Amino acid sequence: MREITYLEAVREAMSQEMRENKDVFILGEDIGVYGGAFGVTRGMIEEFGPERVRNTPISESAIAGTAIGAALTGMRPILELQFSDFITISMDQIVNQAAKLRYMYGGKGKVPMVLRTPAGSGTGAAAQHSQSLEAWMTHIPGLKVVQPSTAYDVKGLLKAAMDDDNPVIFYEHKLLYKTKGDVPEEQYSIPLGKADIKREGTDVTIVATAIMVHKALEAAAELDKEGISIEVVDPRTLVPLDTDTIVESVKKTSRLVVVHEAVKRGGYGGEIASAIAESDAFDYLDAPIKRVGGKAVPIPYNPELEKAAVPQVPDIIEAVKETLNKRITTHA
Amino acid sequence: MIKTVKLPPQITEEKLVDLYKDMWLIRYFDEKVDEFFAKGMIHGTTHLCVGQEASASGACAVLENKDKITSTHRGHGHCIAKGAEVNKMMAELFGRTTGYCKGKGGSMHIADVDKGNLGANGIVGGGIPLAVGAGLTSKMKEEGYVVLCFFGDGASNEGSFHEAINLASIWDLPVVFICENNQYGMSGSVKEMVNIENIADRAAAYGIPGKVVDGNDIIDVMNGVNEAVERARNGQGPTIIEAKTYRWKGHSKSDAKKYRTREEEKEWREKDPIARLRKLLIDEGILTEEKADQLKQEAKHEIESSIEFAKNSPEPSVDELMEDIYA
Repeated sequence: MREITYLEAVREAMSQEMRENKDVFILGEDIGVYGGAFGVTRGMIEEFGPERVRNTPISESAIAGTAIGAALTGMRPILELQFSDFITISMDQIVNQAAKLRYMYGGKGKVPMVLRTPAGSGTGAAAQHSQSLEAWMTHIPGLKVVQPSTAYDVKGLLKAAMDDDNPVIFYEHKLLYKTKGDVPEEQYSIPLGKADIKREGTDVTIVATAIMVHKALEAAAELDKEGISIEVVDPRTLVPLDTDTIVESVKKTSRLVVVHEAVKRGGYGGEIASAIAESDAFDYLDAPIKRVGGKAVPIPYNPELEKAAVPQVPDIIEAVKETLNKRITTHA
Repeated sequence: MIKTVKLPPQITEEKLVDLYKDMWLIRYFDEKVDEFFAKGMIHGTTHLCVGQEASASGACAVLENKDKITSTHRGHGHCIAKGAEVNKMMAELFGRTTGYCKGKGGSMHIADVDKGNLGANGIVGGGIPLAVGAGLTSKMKEEGYVVLCFFGDGASNEGSFHEAINLASIWDLPVVFICENNQYGMSGSVKEMVNIENIADRAAAYGIPGKVVDGNDIIDVMNGVNEAVERARNGQGPTIIEAKTYRWKGHSKSDAKKYRTREEEKEWREKDPIARLRKLLIDEGILTEEKADQLKQEAKHEIESSIEFAKNSPEPSVDELMEDIYA
């Protein structure tokens, strides 16, 4: 199969959809001839023209609201927010408008839009351009939240997001843009709410999101050398969450480590851990659930400090070993 | 044929008579809501537009059916002016399943998307970008409709106002921004919160026309808005219309109105927009006193029967709680 980058997969998913459906258009800052801050839309204005690849002013509130208003009246916009940190500026429109209009209106009207946005650290852009704020979005009823980790997944999940009749927050990790994978040329859809087992194993389940899927796989390869068999589950979408796949995996391995780049405190890992604690997988646990997440600190500029602020492979290995060394004992 | 005032060409004498009755519908609707709040039969909160009827009715009067509006927290008048059924509105305020939002939205979220009312909004300035989005759809799909975006003087100090109007301007979108300047954002007097005489003057910053109209004179509102709607429909882009008016009641139900004087309230009550239209219609020989009274009574009865409709409608079942979150 043909190999392309994650970034090319995003662009291809959008381009193919825009050829099929004239109601789909993109709007965002510098997405025209510049091609977007990360080059995702490069070449698209040449193919689709400035009406459908709409370069906008630096007005995150207005462009989010414009996307919502257009979606409410029959278009299917894709909003590119240049950095996911800028969601803060468009928060009213996303949280109070997009997520709630349908419910507030008693089920009349729908907001079929995709908000694509690059997230995460690792580029040296420091505290205001490196955050992972996805847990905020998962807290809001009415939104769906997607975090693809591979080129194959990103293309199929973006197709599903564009086909969805609800507002979908679609997080693309900056460091994944250049990663390559086998991606079919034709359109395909990966349903929202379907986790993927990225590696099968028997000793410990690691549930990891976005770039942490790759770090978890690296950790799993290292641990394999020591005879420890790791199962890596990638939820792919946080809302809806495929709890069943995670529960089944934990029932098999009896141990769970949850890993995300976002700050651990209040992060989505707590939700996954709770889902297991509330499920019948709880009885299968042989050790306490372990969460690995970013430190509660703004992302710093210095590269070594930046790395230290978010989970690295050794942190994951250490967490796995801790769960293996701890046993739940029954106090009679 | 009306002699003393100029009217937009599509406004007939019959339409003026309808508008007279519609303004009474708006006033009686909000007065009934006020009454039933006091009785404890409507809960939550609500914002009344008594005294502001001419800006809602006048602005919507010049629209075609296909045109759309976005509204505000003080939006009952906009809904009625855009043709909403008062029964469904009142039922919504009573939280009943027969309401526009099946009892899930209440006073601040009445919408009728299919009929072009894209909804009231509880966030000050929140609806302005939505109107721009609807305008973009009209342009991209070549649907030819215009979007009237209502907001207040308070909203003109929100960032969304600046961002959205600039966007509508650079893209020449068919949106008419109607600032209903009722002199107060909750308790904040516009004199304290804005350092210019007219909010419409801000249009200059976006390179679009801005026009002040007498918001208590439905004729002035219609002429001003109609010109802006024509521009928008012809692809000439947006306009800001500022309708200067006054909120007779307080901000919401808990308002003791300490921030303004009773004398000021009295001055504005003398500029009653309904009385002004009535006088015009009678002076022009279009209505007799008797006929005018009859229309007023009809409006009153319609609102009274909307109360009966609402009271007799079923409450939603708790089973419906989790419905309508996702499409």
